[in-house]
Amino acid sequence: MKRVVITGAGTINALGRDVPATLEAMREARSGIVPLIMRDRERLAVQIGGQVQGYEPEERFNRQQIALYDRYTQFTLLAAEEAIAQSGLKFDGELASRAGVVLGTSGGGLTTQDENYRAVYEEGKNRVHPFVVPKLMNNAACSHVSMQYNIKGPSFTVASACASSNHAMGQAFWFVRSGMAPVMVTGGSESMLCFGGIKAWEGLRVMSKDGCRPFSANRNGMVQGEGAGIFVFEEYEHARARGAEILAEVVGAAMSADAADIVMPSKQGAARAIKGALSDGRVNPAEIGYINAHGTGTAANDKTECAAVADVFGPHADDLMISSTKSMHGHAIGGTGAIELLACIMALRDGVIAPTINYEEPDPECALDVVPNEAREAKVTAALSNAFAFGGLNAVLALRAV
Amino acid sequence: MDVKTRVIEILAEQAVLDPSDVREDMTLEELGIDSMGLVESIFAIEETFDISVPFNANEPGESEFDISSVAKIIEGVKHLREQQAS
Repeated sequence: MKRVVITGAGTINALGRDVPATLEAMREARSGIVPLIMRDRERLAVQIGGQVQGYEPEERFNRQQIALYDRYTQFTLLAAEEAIAQSGLKFDGELASRAGVVLGTSGGGLTTQDENYRAVYEEGKNRVHPFVVPKLMNNAACSHVSMQYNIKGPSFTVASACASSNHAMGQAFWFVRSGMAPVMVTGGSESMLCFGGIKAWEGLRVMSKDGCRPFSANRNGMVQGEGAGIFVFEEYEHARARGAEILAEVVGAAMSADAADIVMPSKQGAARAIKGALSDGRVNPAEIGYINAHGTGTAANDKTECAAVADVFGPHADDLMISSTKSMHGHAIGGTGAIELLACIMALRDGVIAPTINYEEPDPECALDVVPNEAREAKVTAALSNAFAFGGLNAVLALRAV
Repeated sequence: MDVKTRVIEILAEQAVLDPSDVREDMTLEELGIDSMGLVESIFAIEETFDISVPFNANEPGESEFDISSVAKIIEGVKHLREQQAS
């Protein structure tokens, strides 16, 4: 089995347009959750979100590109540019034919669907732009990364709602570990913050109207975000041979299905995924110093997740730190696990633990060290990143400092 | 439109019961309506009466809208109709 390391990271999300800006915001416990700017905002019951504001596609892409790139694809390409530039890799020859792209998204080009449904239903138009299909498809972002960087190996998109990017990264990790691919570009992207996307979530009545307060007794729901996180996963010897900077090592991954309920999470399903990631990575539970929680800020998730962590870690659950960065960037659905992996890298590489902000009241059912309100300096050698999706599909990654 | 009859019809449909088997003193639990059934019932109530029901599925017990019994739900709907009539 090969060792797998991360040699490039990129992002765009409500906290920042790149990795340094995002990590700085996490260190400073800043919130990226803002009043939404969008058409028909007054018709929304939920009017806040982790929206990437002040972003003008025209500043980064030309007219032909914008005609083909939904907002989620744009986010992917911006994050991929940062990650691949950091890795220093050029994809040609054998590397190009063996490297792949596995990305996660839940809604894909939902903004494109929303705009074009408006055109045909609301405005009564009988014709839409010729590129609506290639723009909205869930694999568009993956394909554009592959085309832009000449990456020709195994490439596809994974959809498992809120766990999409963790499933994608777990799969990419296994591809590299097995020796099948020397390099995988992986992560995820989401841009569900469009009128129809928010309306759908409003319907479920699990959204907060005033803020995301994971693990805090006075929490009242999730807040949606958007953005992308993209990483370069590389075989360790391949990275070392070319003197690449190594950000962290991915050591384990696990996936599980609750097989129980379409929206309510299960403690057993979550615990099996956490335990599975530890055993896949041969990590002793006592080594885990930090967990990036799924931590949505809903009563159902937070209680279940804390109970699962307590079950798996026993007394060590009280010694480790667990925080939800969704309190700052919002729930970026299919892209969220990738954005959250940055907090794990920061913990392992920089010794800085991202906080759970907006923490106001302890909840006896979430009695863990949630790193409330302020980032903390701590030496951590191993970390986990949790993702538990609607539909009961779970994916957990285990990482180590290098 | 008789509020009581319509609310009972909505809850009965969700509970897969005959409306005559739904009593006003019953709780949602007794009716066998779970959290998803509740969210669907509230949606049906909003659509039927053209009102907006203040309800958050994260903390059903703490919402302004009292769901502790069929009677309370009927009362709440009547109140919201008066409040939101304009």
